[in-house]
Amino acid sequence: MVPLIFGITLITFTVIHLAPGNPVEVQTEMSLKASAQARENLKKLYGLDKPLHIQYFDWLKRFVKLDFGKSFVDGRKVIDKIIERIPITLTINILSLILIFIIALPIGILSATKQYSIFDKLSTIFVFIGFSTPTFWLALLLMILFGVNMGLLPISGIQSIDTSEMATFDRLWDWIKHLILPVGISAFGGIAGLSRYSRSSMLEVIRQDYIRTAKAKGLQEKKVIFRHAFRNALMPIVTILGLSVPGLIGGGVIFETIFAIPGMGQLFYSSTMSRDYPTIMGILVIGAILTLFGNLIADISYAFVDPRVRVSKKE
Amino acid sequence: MRLLRVIGKRFSRNKLSVLGALTVLLLIILSLFAPLIAPYDPTAIDVHNVLSPPSKEHPLGTDELGRDLLSRIIWGSRVSLKVGFIAVGIAITAGIIIGAISGFYGGLVDTILMRFVDIMLAFPTFFLILAVISILEQSIFTIMVVIGLTNWMDVARLVRAEFLSLKEKDFVSAARAVGASDKRLIFRHILPNALSPVFVAATFGIAGAILIESGLSFLGLGVQPPEPSWGNILTAGKDNIEVAWWLSLYPGLAILITVLSYNLVGEGLRDALDPRLWEAERH
Repeated sequence: MVPLIFGITLITFTVIHLAPGNPVEVQTEMSLKASAQARENLKKLYGLDKPLHIQYFDWLKRFVKLDFGKSFVDGRKVIDKIIERIPITLTINILSLILIFIIALPIGILSATKQYSIFDKLSTIFVFIGFSTPTFWLALLLMILFGVNMGLLPISGIQSIDTSEMATFDRLWDWIKHLILPVGISAFGGIAGLSRYSRSSMLEVIRQDYIRTAKAKGLQEKKVIFRHAFRNALMPIVTILGLSVPGLIGGGVIFETIFAIPGMGQLFYSSTMSRDYPTIMGILVIGAILTLFGNLIADISYAFVDPRVRVSKKE
Repeated sequence: MRLLRVIGKRFSRNKLSVLGALTVLLLIILSLFAPLIAPYDPTAIDVHNVLSPPSKEHPLGTDELGRDLLSRIIWGSRVSLKVGFIAVGIAITAGIIIGAISGFYGGLVDTILMRFVDIMLAFPTFFLILAVISILEQSIFTIMVVIGLTNWMDVARLVRAEFLSLKEKDFVSAARAVGASDKRLIFRHILPNALSPVFVAATFGIAGAILIESGLSFLGLGVQPPEPSWGNILTAGKDNIEVAWWLSLYPGLAILITVLSYNLVGEGLRDALDPRLWEAERH
């Protein structure tokens, strides 16, 4: 994992330094009068007068201490700006992952056990449409339907303006109402994907000899499916869970921007628009590291799902 | 040629995939002949018809500058076609080269290249694309290149896996024995046999690239107005969400139909090209 993190930082650094024009020019392009001396001072401030590899190692040294420098936009520390955005993004991602699991697994299992049934065909069609729908378009349609036409759900932000006057329960309900659309939409694509994977994974398991054995000894269908088949089908599903983390984090850019949710995605979008390089670099690296953590969690949960992994680790 | 006919026959068995293929064909014709088919000039501003709902003159309505939505959607199909094919072309070329080298030579080269793939996969793709696009000039060309260069990893893994198993086969040893060079072994002997999963991945890749482009254009980082693209029409839809539902509905529907068609074709191709199913059929 450490070499991977090293590689991630190297690529991030390279990408940003491929940029034509450097931070100094970005900051001084507004004021043509900025003197040559002022430019030199700024360059020194960012260490841009040093050779590239030294700049990289300087940046890396500060990165280990989670110091990404200060934002060009408001002069605040990048790490503070990121940390205050993480909880809401994480909340939405975790909620939508839970939603994905609750909805997708039953769909997958049911269409695998009743292969070629009407339910299976319908869910297959749903999966294809789910894969092909631009989520931001779905967001717009649902905003029109529930927000504009029916007036049921708020269409932006994570809380109403007057929350401070509300009772605790009302405030919670207000918060939930704001999250329904974003969480539902970020889960949408995942539901399609995961129900497909759990279907094919179940199909593979159901054909195994031990399932036939279990059925042959007269066990109930329900028991065979949930005790014998499902646990074995979970393995590949867990892998997909780990792999879906970057998609969820990256997808946040669009729907956080649409719904005006102050999360990492929206911060990233606004920093790319204002070319706020320190913030861009910080979020790129942290996003990639969160992805690695997603993979790590997937690896660890193998041990819970598959006893064989546990045994081989002890030896 | 007989092989092609067999593949075509197997492909045509899946009715939905055939429907997808026909839709793709229709879309290609639509974008090639956009100037002839579109009823209006897609950039012609009409101040008397601003945001008018679907009517006889404008079947899908008009946008905030009175431009005909149907014509803009038809012209927008050109963008998605271009981005889809060129971005995937770049991704496949990069993926094949890296996957082939990695699988053919193995050892340290393989380790380094595959770690590189791991690193690229760790970035949330959309973040990486945004970061690169934000520092470059925003144009359709930039988008195609950036989408291509951030989506080659799956192809590389597929090609590598094919090479790992194919290079041990007898026909490769035979070619090596008669003195074929590495280049010849890779490109003439192994690669043609490793291509069918690449075709499938490419079809799905076109669908993915179209989705990414529409997202970028929606955020204002892709195709710039007045040139119409499905994504940037949707931006207008969002700005006028309270008054003009048609601006949100129809461009997205166009994206959905297009992407769905490519996905269906990909699914059909996968089944038609799957050698495991070939075996099953022979028995």
